[in-house]
Amino acid sequence: MHPARRQRLGVVLIVVFFSSLAIGLVMYAMRGNINLFYPPSEVIAGIAPQGKAIRIGGMVEDKSVQRSTDSLKVKFVITDFQASVEVIYDGILPDLFGEGQGVVVLGVLGSDGRFIANEVLAKHDENYMPPEIADSLKMSKKISAGY
Amino acid sequence: MIPELGHFALIMAFVLSIALFLIPLAGSFVSNSGAMHLADSLAVGVFVFIAISFGCLSHAFLTDDFSVRLVSSHSNSLLPPMYKLSAVWGNHEGSLLLWLLILSGWMVCVAISCRSLPLVFSARVLSILGGISTGFLSFSLFTSNPYERLLPSIPADGSDLNPLLQDIGLIIHPPILYMGYVGFAVPFAFALSALMQGRLDAAWARWSRPWTNIAWGFLTLGIMLGSWWAYYELGWGGWWFWDPVENASFMPWLAGTALVHSLAVTEKRGLFKSWTVLLAIFTFSLSLLGTFLVRSGVLTSVHAFASDPSRGLFILIFLFLVVGGSLCLYAFRAPAVASRIGFNLASRESLLLFNNVIFLVASLTILFGTLFPLFMDVLGKGKYSVGPPYFNIVFLPLMALLIPFMGLGPIARWKEDRIRSWQEQLSTPVIAVIICSLVFPLMGKDSFNLWIALSILLAGWILIGLLRSLFDRLRGIRSITTLVGRLTPSYIGMFLAHCGFAISLLGIVVTQQNSQEYDLKMLPGDSKTLSGYTFLFAGVRSVNGPNFLAEEAIFEVTTEGKLVSTLLPQKRRYLSSDSIMTEAGIDAGFWRDLYVAMGEPVGSEGAWAIRLHYKPMVRWIWLGAIFIGIGGIFTAFDKRYRYRYENLVTNESNEDRKFAAAP
Repeated sequence: MHPARRQRLGVVLIVVFFSSLAIGLVMYAMRGNINLFYPPSEVIAGIAPQGKAIRIGGMVEDKSVQRSTDSLKVKFVITDFQASVEVIYDGILPDLFGEGQGVVVLGVLGSDGRFIANEVLAKHDENYMPPEIADSLKMSKKISAGY
Repeated sequence: MIPELGHFALIMAFVLSIALFLIPLAGSFVSNSGAMHLADSLAVGVFVFIAISFGCLSHAFLTDDFSVRLVSSHSNSLLPPMYKLSAVWGNHEGSLLLWLLILSGWMVCVAISCRSLPLVFSARVLSILGGISTGFLSFSLFTSNPYERLLPSIPADGSDLNPLLQDIGLIIHPPILYMGYVGFAVPFAFALSALMQGRLDAAWARWSRPWTNIAWGFLTLGIMLGSWWAYYELGWGGWWFWDPVENASFMPWLAGTALVHSLAVTEKRGLFKSWTVLLAIFTFSLSLLGTFLVRSGVLTSVHAFASDPSRGLFILIFLFLVVGGSLCLYAFRAPAVASRIGFNLASRESLLLFNNVIFLVASLTILFGTLFPLFMDVLGKGKYSVGPPYFNIVFLPLMALLIPFMGLGPIARWKEDRIRSWQEQLSTPVIAVIICSLVFPLMGKDSFNLWIALSILLAGWILIGLLRSLFDRLRGIRSITTLVGRLTPSYIGMFLAHCGFAISLLGIVVTQQNSQEYDLKMLPGDSKTLSGYTFLFAGVRSVNGPNFLAEEAIFEVTTEGKLVSTLLPQKRRYLSSDSIMTEAGIDAGFWRDLYVAMGEPVGSEGAWAIRLHYKPMVRWIWLGAIFIGIGGIFTAFDKRYRYRYENLVTNESNEDRKFAAAP
């Protein structure tokens, strides 16, 4: 083969090898490590899958936060003013977590309808709300205006 | 009055920048040297007016002019002066102004140091930079004017800067990061200018290289500062989260790394020319994309100040214009004939080719992971989020694959080398490295860990390649002058950067593998032992800061009965915004960090939720990144970049020709 062509073939092979490797890795990684967002009303309606990592988000209902006295276990209720879901979390809550504030929780929905969270995300500052929460609140406001 | 002056200066800069975009560019096509000579002074003019404008905004912040909306919503009279200044860029409008200030600063540097370049070339470079600054100036003026007033009802006090941003890390992180981010505009402009000229040669690569390396070095330092800030300020003890905004700065870094290396091949060997141009375009496009992601409010993040859709649309259109325009130019003008210079599979060129492919593939996979949720959302398929495991699974194997090639790079010769000679040079040290990788993990307190052994093996592989190349350079040196001549800045820079990579690698793996973390409820008097360190919770006291009240916990850390350190984590309540912030207590050390953060009070007996960390070698991650950044910047001081463009080829230092020079 002509040396210039052989060189080009080599380059193409290298590129093909690494891109297919990367695509393989991406496919593998995408299977387990992406998760979908559901508002509480979809959880109650049974749209959200059980036993799979998902995120749910909304407002923390007033007077719903209960702390255990001897561990870091916390129980609270997330609502989008249509439906609400009970969340159980064991760990340190973020600084801006509070009743009446927006949160997104990452975890698994149990068969009893309670959500076992392994991560709680609160908004970053006073003026800011995660887009998911803003959307789901807007949606529920629209629906309630329709009644 | 002064804010209006600032606004006026910004408008002046806009007008001058349009002139800078159009006049020299038009002049370059009709060979009007008068028009082309205007570029320098126009660039300086743009810089001066943006600087005046920036000064006016800073003045408004420092003097608490709450009639300016931006000041009243991002500052407060109680804020310490240092943070009043950093509040200038702690918001969308001001950070855009900082971006513009740095872009115009780069423009002036280019104008000053490119005087000896061919006039057509330098005029076009400045013109293209002027085009970019026109885009961003109009973005600032039309969608995010920083000087909007709140008249006639002036607020009595401002609503404070986000407490997360009231920190020394946030004073220096944005300017340094922007230096890198915006700096990639310069190689982009060089690439487009070379395309317009229709001639891509080694000279072009040599002009562009120091700029690229400096920008890349600053970007490295900026990313490192951001990671360090997140570690001590967010109170989670993590140092990298694969947050979309981190990715927005990391993708240009990866593409920039590829660019830095392919420019080396283009300069030294005249190969990969079109590829290098494409990489320069791609790198700057990723910088712009990052700006879009961060500034448009499509992401959930501390950095996402703006959530105004018109802003997002504006940057998106600008992004399409820049990327589309430059790719069209590339399609028409990139040399159709491939270079005829050949190289062997065993040569430095092919090692650098591996580097390029791996870094580019890595940045594309991260791009995919970052944009996937946005695409799914736009398509209405639901709100997805892609978590850190995705990025770890994809990114880490690619980096591990890179290292075998990276170790060989410094000793490989250009064009043609023999695998046999690599074997001869490295086989003895490799045995030493393998022994080290088996012995070192046993020396700590922890049991043998395969991943740590592997990381020592890989880091050692990088180091022996470097040391061998250093040995070759230093062999037979008799005088200081030959020593200085052989250790060229570009070689030292490469050496530092590669060392830094090895150091970071060790830090990352050891921290990930041997960290210990506990979240627990602690009463005053309780203690907990992590990896030989006993953390005693001595009590809580109240502390008053300048603009906050805090509960401060006192932790006494002892090991084998000796007091190591007293850690004082705080839970702060900021007065004006009434927001709560965690301030971690950290005892930093070369071999380990001890880290305590407070959660919230639990129960009525004075107990607190406490987060305790033992993090071995976490400092190495940032130490390595500093080495990489400094190394990148240092390469630009090489003699051969000192703009004696007339006799480019003959000026190459003999030492660099003799030894395979640093990439």
